[in-house]
Amino acid sequence: MEIRLRRTMLYIPGNNPGMLQIADIFGADSVLFDLEDSVPHSEKDSARDLVSNMIKYRAYENIEITVRVNPLNTPYFEDDVKEIIAAKKLQAIRLPKTNRAEDVDKLAKLIGKYEKENEIAIGTINIHPMIETALGVENAFSIATSSVRVNAITIGGQDLTADMGIAKTKSGEEILWARSRIVMAAKAARIDAVDTIFADINDKNGLIEETRLIKKLGFTGKAVINPRQIEPIHKIFTPTEKEILWAQEVIETYDKGLKEGKGVIALRGKMIDPPVVKRAEKIITISKLGK
Amino acid sequence: MEINKKSQAGSLESSDLMVYVEPFNEIKIEVESSVSSQHTEEIRSLILNELEMRKINGVYVKIQDNGAMNLTIKARLKTALLRGAKNGN
Amino acid sequence: MKNQLGIDIPEYVENLGKLIPYKGAFKRIKNLQKEDLRLTPTKIRTYLPERNKLVSSLEKAIERSGLKNGDTISFHHHLRGGDFLLMKVVETLDKMGFKDLTIFSSSLTRAHQNLYEYVEKGVVKKIFTSGLRGELGKFVSRGKMDIPVVIRSHGGRARAIKTGEVKIDVAFISAPSSDKEGNLNGVRGPSACGSLGYAMVDAQYANCVIAVTDNLVDYPNTPISIPQYQVDYVVKIDRLGDPDKIGSDSTRLTNNPVDLVIAENAANVIYNSGYFREGMSFQTGAGGASLATAKYLADIMEEKKVIGSYAIGGISSYIVDIYKRGLFKKMFDVQSFDKGVVSSLLENDDHIEINADFYANPFNSGAIINNLDVVVLAAYEIDTDFNVNVLVDSHGYAQGASGGHSDTAATAKLTIIVAPSFRSRIPTVVNKVNTVITPGETVDILVTERGIAINPRRKDLMENLKGKGLPIKDIHQLREKVEIITNNPKMFEFTDKICGFIEYRDGTIIDTIKQVVEK
Repeated sequence: MEIRLRRTMLYIPGNNPGMLQIADIFGADSVLFDLEDSVPHSEKDSARDLVSNMIKYRAYENIEITVRVNPLNTPYFEDDVKEIIAAKKLQAIRLPKTNRAEDVDKLAKLIGKYEKENEIAIGTINIHPMIETALGVENAFSIATSSVRVNAITIGGQDLTADMGIAKTKSGEEILWARSRIVMAAKAARIDAVDTIFADINDKNGLIEETRLIKKLGFTGKAVINPRQIEPIHKIFTPTEKEILWAQEVIETYDKGLKEGKGVIALRGKMIDPPVVKRAEKIITISKLGK
Repeated sequence: MEINKKSQAGSLESSDLMVYVEPFNEIKIEVESSVSSQHTEEIRSLILNELEMRKINGVYVKIQDNGAMNLTIKARLKTALLRGAKNGN
Repeated sequence: MKNQLGIDIPEYVENLGKLIPYKGAFKRIKNLQKEDLRLTPTKIRTYLPERNKLVSSLEKAIERSGLKNGDTISFHHHLRGGDFLLMKVVETLDKMGFKDLTIFSSSLTRAHQNLYEYVEKGVVKKIFTSGLRGELGKFVSRGKMDIPVVIRSHGGRARAIKTGEVKIDVAFISAPSSDKEGNLNGVRGPSACGSLGYAMVDAQYANCVIAVTDNLVDYPNTPISIPQYQVDYVVKIDRLGDPDKIGSDSTRLTNNPVDLVIAENAANVIYNSGYFREGMSFQTGAGGASLATAKYLADIMEEKKVIGSYAIGGISSYIVDIYKRGLFKKMFDVQSFDKGVVSSLLENDDHIEINADFYANPFNSGAIINNLDVVVLAAYEIDTDFNVNVLVDSHGYAQGASGGHSDTAATAKLTIIVAPSFRSRIPTVVNKVNTVITPGETVDILVTERGIAINPRRKDLMENLKGKGLPIKDIHQLREKVEIITNNPKMFEFTDKICGFIEYRDGTIIDTIKQVVEK
C-alpha cells in the first residue's frame, strides 16, 4: 500500500486561475481543488473546465492532486467526475455530504466507468468521503470500508454542526464525538483520517491548539484554506529531533536484542515490545516523508 | 458546434482573461492583452486551433487577457463556447 | 568588438565618444592605477558677500547660469513619481529657445515620461539616466532617439561625475527645504522626500547649481544636506511636487502568496548561508518579495538574538521598524522610499543620509557597500548564467531602472535575487536575458517560489546550504520546469539598431537596449 503523508490538504477555489496555477508551491502534502462551496452556481461549468485543464496541462510536482466535486444529488456531479478524470492526473476525489456506503458506491462505479474510458488503470483514483451530516457520522465505519478506493475519510465541521442545528465553536466540543468516531472508523479501516478546516486564518495560536488536539485524537492531517496554515500544522505532525532519536534508538536496541536472542528487550529500563517498535518505525517513516 | 447566442466566461483578475463570444458569419478574433502585447498573435493562433478542433466556422471571439496561461485561455474559451452553443448543439 | 558577455559593442559612437567593452566585474578597477584618473576640474565661482542668491524665476536663474545650447543639465529623482521640477525646467528651456541639451538625471520616473516630446522638438538631444518609464521608455525602445541613451547605475553615475566623463554644466536641485543662501535638506516642507543622496554629488561637481524650492525657510536652514557654498541660485516656486506621488505614508508588506513563499525561502537561505551573524550588514529593495525577505529575516534575527551592524540603500519605513526593534544599529540612506522614513531621518541619530559617492561609487577609496554582507535584489529576468535584467519589460520596452542593482551585487558577500519563476505567462528564468544590467559573475543565488539555484561559482554556498531542507535546484533544471509551466511563449523580436547602452558601474559597456519590433 502507498505510504503518503496527508498532514495538510490545501483548498483552492476552482474558479481562480491565479491560485490554481501556483497550488504546488506552498509545500502542502495535497491540494484540494474545490468545485463545490467556493464556486457559485453560475460558474460551476467554468470552474470544472478550468480545474480539469489545470490538472491536465499544469505539471504539478510532488503533490497529491484531489478535487472536491459537487454532491451526488446536484446536476453537476456526474459532469464534474467525468471531466476531471479525463484530465488523467487526478489522484483522489473528495465526495462531500457522504451519508452512507451506497453514496461511495455510486461514485466508485462512475469513476470505474471513466477510468476505463480514459484508459486509466482501474482503481487508480481514490475516494475521500467527506462526512458532514449526523447520518454520515453514524455510518462512518461502513463508509470507511465501502470501497477499496477509500483511503481517507474526512470531517466537514461547518456542515455537520449545521446539520445538527447547532453553532460551530472555536473550541469545538460539539464535534468532539464526531471527530473521535471518524478517527476510530478510519483506524479500524486502516485508512487516513483528515480533520476539518480551521476558519480563522489570522489566529495562529488557535490553529496550533486545534491541531495538537486532533493529532492527539488520532487524525493524520487537516484541510487548510490558507497557505499560511501549512507550516504550523506540519510542525506539529512532523516528529521532533528528540522523537526521531528515540525512535532510532528503539529500533536499534530491538534489532540488536533479536539478534542476541533476548526474550525481553528493554531500553533504559522500559520494555520494548512490537507495538512500541511499530510506533518508532512510523515516526521514522513520517520524518523521512516530511522532508 | 454552432454558436447561436452571445456568451462570456472568465474574469479580469490577474492570470485570468475574459472571453466574449457571439454568433457571426465568419471567424473573427480580437485579442487584447495588458501584460504581453507581444503575444497576441500566439493567443490568436491558439484560439484558431481550438475553433477548428470544434469545427466552428462562424463566431466572433473577443479576448481581454490579463496574463493568463495558455491552459486557462483554452478553458475559458471552452466554457464560453459551450455556453454560446446551448439550445442549438 | 565583443565584450566579455559576447555582446557586440561599437568602439566609437558619434556624440558619445569612445566606448570600453565590459571585461569582468573588477577587471578595470584592479588596473585603475595605470589609468591614473583625476577628479574633474570644476569651475570655481565666487561672489561678493552681500550678493542676493534669490532669483525671482527659473528663467532668470537659467539666464544667469550661463547655460548654452548643447550643455548638460542634471536632476535627481528623490521626488520619484511626484516630481514637477524636471518637466518644468525643460518646458522653460523650450520657451527660452534652448536646443540639443543633455538630460543627466539620477533616474527618470513616470512623472518625466513626456520628456520624449522635447526630444522630438530638439530641446533635448541626449538622455543619461538610471531608469526609464512610461512613454519615454517606449519611445527609446522604438528607436526614436538619434543618440542612444546611456543607462548608469547609481554608483556608476557618481563615478562618471567625479571623473568628468559627464560634466554637469548646471545642476537643478529639487529642494523640499531651503533658505535664501541655499542650505538644503529633504526632510521638511510639503514636498519632503527624505535623503538627497544623489543630488549631493551633483551639487559638489557641477559648474553651476540652481536650487529650486517650494519651502523657503528662515536662515540658517538645518539640517544641511547640501551646503550654501555649493549653491549659486535659489528659486522659489509654488509646488515642487505632488506629495501623494512622492511617497506613500509607509511601505506596506505584500500579501501576495508567491512573494511570501519566495521571501521565506530567501530568509532561510540567508540564515544558513554562513553570513548570518552578529554585525551583519544588509540591503534590500522595496519590492514585494525583497521587503518581505527583510520581515522574515528580522524575525529570525530576533529569535536567534543576532544584531546587525547596518541596513543600507533605499530605506523604507519597514526597515526603520526593524531598526526600531533593535535589530540593526545604523541605517545609511541614499534615497528614502516613503514618508515614514522622512521623519525617522529627523528623529534617529543612527539614520544617516549619505551621498551616492559614499554609497556605491567603485572609483573612490571605499564605498560603504564594499562592506555589505547581504543584498536582496529583484529581477525582471535572470538567465542560466545568472545575468539579470531589471530594465526591459515583458513588452520589450525599457521600463525599469538599473539603480544600485549592479553596484551592490558586485560588492556584497552574498547577492540574492528574489523573483517569481514566472509572471503571468512570461518566464523569469530564461536562457538569455534580454538586456544585462547585472552580470552573472556577481550574482550568487536565485530564490524563486519553485526552487533555489546557486551560482556554481559559489561552491562554499552549495556546501553551506546543503541538507537544510531548502529546495535547491540546478538553474537549468529550474528553467526547464518553468518552461513547461509557461509553455515557452515566443519572445519578441528586435532589430539591430542600438537604442541605448548599459554602462557597467566601472564605465565599461555591458549591454545595449535594442529596438523592439512592434506588431
